[in-house]
Amino acid sequence: MSTQQSTDVLDRLAGIAAGSSLDALRHERPETRRNVQASYEALFDAKDETGVSPAERFAVASFVALLHGDGTSAQHYLQHLEQAEGDRLSTLVREQAKRAAARGPYGTYPPGPLSREDTDGPVLAIGIADRAKLGERLTTALEHAHRLVFHPRDAKAPDFAALQAAGWSTAAIVTLSQIVAFLSFQIRAAHGLRVLGA
Amino acid sequence: MSNATLERPETAAPNAFTQAELGWNAWLDPVPESALTERQKEGLVDIVRAKSAYFRLLAHDPDILRFRTLADKDIFYNTRAGLPRAERELAAAAVSRSNGCIYCASVHARFASTYSKRSDDVQRLLDEGVNVDLDPLWNAVVEASVALTATPVAFGPEHVRQLRAVGLDDLAIADLIHSAAFFNWANRLMLSLGEPEA
Repeated sequence: MSTQQSTDVLDRLAGIAAGSSLDALRHERPETRRNVQASYEALFDAKDETGVSPAERFAVASFVALLHGDGTSAQHYLQHLEQAEGDRLSTLVREQAKRAAARGPYGTYPPGPLSREDTDGPVLAIGIADRAKLGERLTTALEHAHRLVFHPRDAKAPDFAALQAAGWSTAAIVTLSQIVAFLSFQIRAAHGLRVLGA
Repeated sequence: MSNATLERPETAAPNAFTQAELGWNAWLDPVPESALTERQKEGLVDIVRAKSAYFRLLAHDPDILRFRTLADKDIFYNTRAGLPRAERELAAAAVSRSNGCIYCASVHARFASTYSKRSDDVQRLLDEGVNVDLDPLWNAVVEASVALTATPVAFGPEHVRQLRAVGLDDLAIADLIHSAAFFNWANRLMLSLGEPEA
């Protein structure tokens, strides 16, 4: 492993060099810095205990980063995905992300005064041929990730049926949701810090 | 329908943003309080959270819950210099208003009101939405939070300039970035794992 590059993933994604003013800012909040890194490690470095394989974790993370159009983050996770699984899956994930591009947040509110703010947008439904290539587990995970990335307010209890039918346990769904949600944080923190440091 | 009694009536879910206290019901089974392992209790960080279905559901993957929670606490409670607590809570409320997380918005609108003593302005954010005109500082905080919430992320140099123009230093802006980014994590868990109850 390179000793030149920071081992802090958010630093790497935000392009923060040791000794820079952003580096100093992040060290003003050491608890945040430490626990954001520990969150990354809990999801992507630790031994799997909830039944979500490293390939699944990196595939979902790559998809989320690609949906955000964040090249730096996408590159990071795609590289890990390729190391874990080769190129086949990363190619499929890239294709799906290209097809699934949208602008969020959109979605529907419970009927009432907020209904006037309801905004339409695509719901990802991966076609039969691609489902076969990705497998049902990863297909349902990407569909879930797409909803959480772009239109989280549309999530409904029956959404879990597809995940459960594809073999996702409650613990695995929690991990999957944390991966999408954590990426939603990490991408924004990296983007914001990049802009602040520019 | 034979299972009709198991489905809660549609009217129980609040259909407007509010500063009132709401309940929250999980769509998947939380870890029962009596079955929490030592590691899961550690994941909760504060043992009072064992009373919360939300945290006990997240306890299925205890390490990411623990580091998420420790990051959350530092991002919002560490007010040694940087952005005041009121504006961090305002950012959390604005992100939640933008994503449509009625539950998260209720909690953090209350905190924003408590710390700012500007409950009427906070209520206007909830009622009128993220384009509300409050004052230069709050407008800049809300606009930056909403730009950070968009997918793809829309936060740019113009937001940094605006935040500096209303008197925020770079540590305060970094705090705002973290607060807004963090609620993009929190909203996605809260919106997709269960629903609020009035």
